[in-house]
Amino acid sequence: MLEVRDVRKSFGGFQAVDGVSFTVPTGSISAIIGPNGAGKTTLFNLITGHVKPDTGRVVFKKRDVTGIAPHDLCRIGMGRSFQRTNIFPRLTVYENIQAAYLSHRGRGWNLFTPVDRLYREESLALLDAVGLLDKAGEVSGFLSHGNQKQLELGLALALEPEILLLDEPTAGMSATETRESIRLIEGIARERSLTLLFTEHDMEVVFSIAQRITVLHQGRVIADGTPDEVRRDPEVRRVYLGDALR
Amino acid sequence: MTRRAPWGLLVLAALFFVPAAGSRYYTFLANDVVIWALFATSLNLLVGYAGLVSFGHAAYFGIGAYTTGLLMKKLGVSFLLAFPAAGLVAGLFALVFGFFCVRLTKIYFAMLTLAFAQIVWAICFKWNEVTGGEQGMPEIPYPDFGWLERLAAVVPFLGGYRTSEYYYFLTLLLVGVCFWLLRRIVGSPFGRILTTIRENPERAEFIGVNVRRYELAAFVLAGAFAGLAGGLFGIFNRGVFPDFAYWTKSSEVLIMTLLGGMGAFFGPALGALVLLWLNQQIVSYTQYWPLILGIILIALLFVFPGGLAGAVALIGRHLFRKKRAHA
Repeated sequence: MLEVRDVRKSFGGFQAVDGVSFTVPTGSISAIIGPNGAGKTTLFNLITGHVKPDTGRVVFKKRDVTGIAPHDLCRIGMGRSFQRTNIFPRLTVYENIQAAYLSHRGRGWNLFTPVDRLYREESLALLDAVGLLDKAGEVSGFLSHGNQKQLELGLALALEPEILLLDEPTAGMSATETRESIRLIEGIARERSLTLLFTEHDMEVVFSIAQRITVLHQGRVIADGTPDEVRRDPEVRRVYLGDALR
Repeated sequence: MTRRAPWGLLVLAALFFVPAAGSRYYTFLANDVVIWALFATSLNLLVGYAGLVSFGHAAYFGIGAYTTGLLMKKLGVSFLLAFPAAGLVAGLFALVFGFFCVRLTKIYFAMLTLAFAQIVWAICFKWNEVTGGEQGMPEIPYPDFGWLERLAAVVPFLGGYRTSEYYYFLTLLLVGVCFWLLRRIVGSPFGRILTTIRENPERAEFIGVNVRRYELAAFVLAGAFAGLAGGLFGIFNRGVFPDFAYWTKSSEVLIMTLLGGMGAFFGPALGALVLLWLNQQIVSYTQYWPLILGIILIALLFVFPGGLAGAVALIGRHLFRKKRAHA
């Protein structure tokens, strides 16, 4: 589904991503982990067209998509959510989701039809799926942090992606919220047979749902495999996991 | 849900009675306000909906005014063609200038719009053979209202108005149509996508929005409607002058938009009304009009950041809640 080949990116002298390669098989749930500053978010930005890699290739569905614009990536089935919550704060929850449908289904260039009822059913159904139906009319900027994260997930899902990239989907959540939202994400991924790639700092979450884990350290991949393989890897234990998983 | 009263239509209908009910002065003022209302509302498509602050919106107003003026005065083209031409030509210029502007963001975008507007102004100011240079182009003819007077022989209540009053009616009609179009546009899927760009351009890209292309489209539409306002204004003003495209005009229309409230569709129109009316009133008492305007603006920005329209909505909601509480 997705293949990253030897991508590198430096920001003025600092090598943020230093020759990273890995593949994400179709239908899998994969995670990228690593300590703060390991280059996870940069790697995400390289994949989603936000930042152009200095060298290397990103291949999605057998197509070279290195450095193509985010709005084109969305169209061919790659959706993402952001580490810092990223929604349209002064629009209502419903309007957020509806805008995503309008854009994705190519209705944005319609200058004359009243917008209110377009994709109403789809939007409400999706809000139901991410658990925000009762908040449809609220201004999204006033939602709780957890709810905003749910909305972000909804925005990504409205684009009917084949692969979903989630950058720390549970950042800043309480333990309960984390558990709930992971259950939600996992359920939706199964139901829609999505391929999932996410970064996460919460090890419990990663090891409970990921089928493949890629460990990043100082911009390089130091381990790549099933949770068990990664757990046993001496290098990983040394630089990152430490005593936590003994 | 109850149907909302068609306030826009009611106001438009009431405006038709200004010449009959008021003096020539009020007709003049109303005509001025109506044209500026269109100009300010066209700017709000950028500022209020797409979140793009233009410091050079007068360029398109000026281009529209010169287009209609040149066509009618020098080439004797009928208003029926010269008016839409103002929108078309201004829109084309907006397409060219906008192509470069939307490649920049925030303050850089604003500065580039200003730069283009100053170029337009300089050309109008210096190109004597075509634009009349510094002296401008006086005596733009009114559209031909002869047919209206012939019609008035048959239809009652139509006759007996001055040419300037007929022109006022025509302005009302055309601005009314433009407002209807603009209203449709901001209430369309296109309008909704513009608001996502205003709210969060980065995220808009990730719901598949080609941000630059939408911004350019908004820029062209705003420029075209500003051009139409300019076309009307040149005739109303009985002449077209380079200062139509000068930066002070751009700032004036921006102030109207802010004063009226960019969050509401009719906010900028309200801003045009209040600013022009206050200008007329205060100038007759004091020469310190800019000082007073400054104070009003400061007070408004701190107390009602949503502008006058925001203030009206806030007060309305407050009264409504009180009424409900008593019931």
